[in-house]
Amino acid sequence: MARIIAGVGTSHTPAIGAAVDNGRTHEPYWAPLFKGYEPAKRWMAAVQPDVVIMVYNDHVNAFDFKVIPTFGLGCAEEFPIADEGWGPRPVPIVKGYPELAAHLVQSLVLDEFDMTIVNEMQVDHGLTVPLTLLCGTPPAWPCRVIPLAVNVIQYPAPTGHRCYMLGRAIRKAVQSWDEDLKVVIFGTGGMSHQIQGPRAGLVNPEFDQAFLDGLTRDPQRLVGIQPLEYLREAGAEAIELVMWLIMRGALGEKVEEIYRFYHVPASSTAVGTIILEAR
Amino acid sequence: MTQEKQPTQAPGAPRAKQEAYEDIPGTWVFDAQRARKGYHLNEFLYSLMKDANRKEFRADERAYTLKFKMTEEQREAVLQRAWNRMLELGAVSYALAKLAFTDGKSYQFMASRMTGMTEAEYVDMMLKGGRSPEGWRSKSERRGKS
Repeated sequence: MARIIAGVGTSHTPAIGAAVDNGRTHEPYWAPLFKGYEPAKRWMAAVQPDVVIMVYNDHVNAFDFKVIPTFGLGCAEEFPIADEGWGPRPVPIVKGYPELAAHLVQSLVLDEFDMTIVNEMQVDHGLTVPLTLLCGTPPAWPCRVIPLAVNVIQYPAPTGHRCYMLGRAIRKAVQSWDEDLKVVIFGTGGMSHQIQGPRAGLVNPEFDQAFLDGLTRDPQRLVGIQPLEYLREAGAEAIELVMWLIMRGALGEKVEEIYRFYHVPASSTAVGTIILEAR
Repeated sequence: MTQEKQPTQAPGAPRAKQEAYEDIPGTWVFDAQRARKGYHLNEFLYSLMKDANRKEFRADERAYTLKFKMTEEQREAVLQRAWNRMLELGAVSYALAKLAFTDGKSYQFMASRMTGMTEAEYVDMMLKGGRSPEGWRSKSERRGKS
């Protein structure tokens, strides 16, 4: 049986990828952030998942505005790296798992989550920066990756409750796959940030820390956070945090917090990461 | 300091009641109505992902924008790099970033222009922990501060 053994929450700020790609990780601006991710990287190397389900959002790279899927599941053999306007990141191509992805789609739709099936897709920093943070700079990514792209760009994003319930359905779908696989699910984006308008640069550490606490101790409180509260308290782009609730929903009731790190800033973003093992 | 404006709408045009998030100061939430108005503007911005298009745009900015069905108001905002005006007229920040990159600028530069700060001032604010939500939660609270 395939099992979701753990979840990782992490920011996916593009400047983090650029810092790695341009060899700037030891500069004073970046060193504390990368030091903070070292234990997470060691955890990832020790766990060696077979598959990562990467919940992330595309930033107007794979999808323009012709079609906007709320939930798009990547079913391809591989996912090329997008050129976001300054050339593709120099990272390995992302290998998918089409057989398992097809199974997830089938199970999820029958569970009333109407996924958009994506058979060709380039992936941007939303997906590659978390891989870089947790896996470093290997010549090939150490596991297969199933991308789950969530619309958080055009308001409204799916609600926190909807995301949490989708996570639960993903757990069920994975458990009905008859192959001995270790699966880790990532929820990415956030934490508090706003990159538009005169209010750009907003950061709310209290909100972020309470969100991290809630993932471990009280996910039901987080499920109740309404879209307006994310926008008002944590910035227009903090709505990305609903993607962390898909991850949390996929872990079952009981979790153990293995690691947490929080840092301000990376570009305009408050950066957080948390590792939760399913118990 | 950048002016905050209400979204423009012709009097008597069909509309939903004011959304609660319109009360957040300094923010243009990219909602379905704004996305509808900004569709061609955003498709123009998206086109700047391709180097050939960036070159064509740089060679004659106005001529290139005429290939897209955006309004004259939107076109002027693009040519003037009026970042907040573009947001107001339906651009989304991630698409706007393509224009900043075309100009050889960064996300942080773009954000600093939107806040009316220099890039150095903006970077410094972020290094000091970013902008506190205090005074920025609602327009009424904001007015109380200024």
